Amino acid sequence: MAPQTAAGDVAVIDTLRLTAEDAAGLLERGEVSGEELAGAYLDAIEARDPELHAYLRVVGERSDGVPIAHKDVITTKGIPTTAGSRILVGYTPVFDSTVAARCKEAGLPILGKTNLDELAMGSSTENSAFGPTRNPWDPERVPGGSSGGSAAAVAGGLAPWALGTDTGGSVKQPASLCGVVGLRPTYGTVSRYGIVAFASSLDQVGPLTKTVRDNARLYEIIAGQDPCDSTTVELPEPVAIPEGEDLTGVRIGVPKEMNEAEGIDPGVSASVNAAIRLAEELGADVEETSLPRSVDYGLACYYLVAPAEASSNLARYDGVRYGHRAAVDGDLTALYARTRWEGFGAEPKRRILLGTYALSAGYYDAYYGQAQKVRTVIAREHAAAFERFDVLVSPTSPTVAFRIGEKAENPLAMYLSDLLTIPANMAGLPGLSIPCGLSDGLPVGLQLIGPQFSENALFRVGHALERALGFDFVPERLR
Amino acid sequence: MNGWEPVIGLEIHVQLKTRTKMFCRCENVWGEEPNTRTCPVCLAHPGTLPVPNKTAIEWTVKLGLALDCEIAERALFHRKNYFYPDLPKGYQISQYDVPLCSEGRFVVPGPDGDREIGIVRAHLEEDAAKTIHVGGAAGRIHGAEYSLVDFNRGGTPLVEIVAKPDVRSGEEARRFLQLLRQTVIELDISDAEMEKGSLRCDANVSVRKAGEEGYRTKTELKNMNSFKFVADGIAVEVERQIARYQAGEEVMQQTLHFDPQTGTIAPLRSKEEAHDYRYFPEPDLVAVAPPADMVERARAEIGELPAARIRRLEAEVDLDLAYGLVTSGRDALYARVPGDDRRAVANVLMNQLAAAGVDPAAVDGAELGRLVAARETIPRQTFLDALGASADPDFTADPYLAETTVSDAAALDPVIDGILAANPGQVEAYRGGKEGLLGFFVGQVMKETQGKADARVVNERLREKLNA
Repeated sequence: MAPQTAAGDVAVIDTLRLTAEDAAGLLERGEVSGEELAGAYLDAIEARDPELHAYLRVVGERSDGVPIAHKDVITTKGIPTTAGSRILVGYTPVFDSTVAARCKEAGLPILGKTNLDELAMGSSTENSAFGPTRNPWDPERVPGGSSGGSAAAVAGGLAPWALGTDTGGSVKQPASLCGVVGLRPTYGTVSRYGIVAFASSLDQVGPLTKTVRDNARLYEIIAGQDPCDSTTVELPEPVAIPEGEDLTGVRIGVPKEMNEAEGIDPGVSASVNAAIRLAEELGADVEETSLPRSVDYGLACYYLVAPAEASSNLARYDGVRYGHRAAVDGDLTALYARTRWEGFGAEPKRRILLGTYALSAGYYDAYYGQAQKVRTVIAREHAAAFERFDVLVSPTSPTVAFRIGEKAENPLAMYLSDLLTIPANMAGLPGLSIPCGLSDGLPVGLQLIGPQFSENALFRVGHALERALGFDFVPERLR
Repeated sequence: MNGWEPVIGLEIHVQLKTRTKMFCRCENVWGEEPNTRTCPVCLAHPGTLPVPNKTAIEWTVKLGLALDCEIAERALFHRKNYFYPDLPKGYQISQYDVPLCSEGRFVVPGPDGDREIGIVRAHLEEDAAKTIHVGGAAGRIHGAEYSLVDFNRGGTPLVEIVAKPDVRSGEEARRFLQLLRQTVIELDISDAEMEKGSLRCDANVSVRKAGEEGYRTKTELKNMNSFKFVADGIAVEVERQIARYQAGEEVMQQTLHFDPQTGTIAPLRSKEEAHDYRYFPEPDLVAVAPPADMVERARAEIGELPAARIRRLEAEVDLDLAYGLVTSGRDALYARVPGDDRRAVANVLMNQLAAAGVDPAAVDGAELGRLVAARETIPRQTFLDALGASADPDFTADPYLAETTVSDAAALDPVIDGILAANPGQVEAYRGGKEGLLGFFVGQVMKETQGKADARVVNERLREKLNA
């Protein structure tokens, strides 16, 4: 969309509608300056963020690039990074995360740091120590989580694009609930260096954008091997920005357990099924398939592995070197206990307890050890499916955005929000969520899963469907 | 030992002298200003990740090969979780069930032949930071007024070697450790200095009746930071355990702290040792697969091991001298020094040459051989002067050999007579029975002749004259 021109010839930039690609075009052609572009987003933030609370901190950098918002687990040199937790209040990083550095090198100024569930633990952004973020489609509802601030910022026109992190579905699920595009990349393609760790074997940084093409562009900036993260690898092929609009020859599998699972809203199923039919019309070969064990055991397995790793990753927050320190004098154990009691909210505490238990002597084999074996089973089950299919599809989230407070007191109901995103994550596979329609006036997300390093295929299928679906990503109430 | 047999299992930590730390690029250096060799990684800032030091892995493989270990095809790093201020991440990256090196053995020559000590494992880990507890007792946290942490040491590479409980005495433990230290130094992977903490030893000690199967309760001895303390600490603990059993008491499983100043052992507070480390595979790292060419390169860099050299030397000198030569790194020079009296060569190397403080590697063996052969015919001081100069470039024994000892009685008699005449009191006392004064007269004669007199002849002549 070209900017509308108002009286006095000042370009008015419609941040709700402008894609990052459009914004880059405006800058390249000199139609707006970087200053004006960032200014437009800062104006939008000033206007709408008091309601949405997508940002924890507005930074307001300005340069000649398309500005970006970073989830506040992404370490930014000289800019406080809280991970949505009181435990990190007062901490200002002395280094840049690799993804922040790559965005900086690509010339993207930072608009701000976005809200999230504390330490990326949650599916609604209600677990933030600094208050919830609201869904731009309906401020009474959650934006999803844990990257809810980034998803809401993009959907609400408060950022052209943003980075989030995804452990069990924390990019894909909020993308789905906010009607934007979210990629969880193949484990190992994007550096985790400088990402406040939740569960190391699952954490991945991913882009949240208005379009699939924007998503591919941002992925291209952040992906690739990093000498600071020894679990990263070189991409087997360069990122291809998708162009084609047909799906001829693409083999799409529809795992029945993931499309017929208990708890999937009928309206969600209807939108997803319509999108699958559309894929067929575009030339794809669609066939039903099965991932029985992945769905049956994925969630349980995840809630052993992720808390176990979290219990260890969060041990460094002890009040000794940075962040919150309780006012305790003289007793080391009391200093640790008090600092962590005051600094962590309910969900991190719950997961530290779960994880510590799962790793304890006498329980390791039955819990963490067993979960790792199940993880291998899930990976094999997916690998077998990808011998027959290029892409697997399902709803991203079983429901559309739920009301703030609706699941806050029921952790299990909240955990089920990630039922469909977790299996592929456990297998280290990439997943793309694109909006595929509305149910009760709220966005529905379609999840596309591919084998390792199949991001280009996901972008291709996602782009073709996005074009055919013609989903309007501007929230109805803001149009 | 009255029929009791000590059973000793050693755990040794060797700090590797790599240029950088184990998982970050901070300089690995000892003795610098506290907290000046740190970065976000070794201070465990949020989001930081470990990157393994390849040299440390190669050196661990090299040490493993020297210990005759099997090298894992895919070794794993694990997290060992516990809270302590010297452990900024709240866990130590170590190895657990798949270490780099396992199932080895280390030969320790002893008075009763070779003893083979089994090696359970040798694994790579990061060292903790250094805590300094101020106030309170013996530098321990309990009762301390406050504690300081120096993160310079935090994250430096450390190899832990666990030996099977095959050692049978404190002395054997000392020999094991001396040989291991020499091995590590020759591999050029560590300073291995116990007083600096770059070589540390803990011992699991139990005793049993000779011929008894199985093991009794063991105690863990910590903080023995010299070879002597290792031998002494183990000996004290073995005695204590035997005494308890003989008194009809049991030995409690506990960790003991050896106090070298008093030579006593005291238990650590139980709170300091009760840990469930919750080991699990380090998800921030991938498996370590030492490439075949790296293993072969490491193998090729291992020379003849100290134990084998001791065994060879033992035939020429004796066990103690052989240990001395090898563990002081003097056996190479020993081999270069010609001479029929091998014990004499060894003794000169271990005593006078060592005292002269010269670098053995710089000494010309042939010239030193000439000096050793002439050691009784040239004046003692000349001999010592020659040793002191023996590492100088262009050193030759010739000028020193030219100075001969005065052993001609005709030449010495006037000097001796003069000394006796000048000390009538001492002469009187000697003749009255104080024969120890002979040394005084010898000393006076040597002084007068500037050390050139033949001590044997001087002794003879003095006795003859005094007893006349």
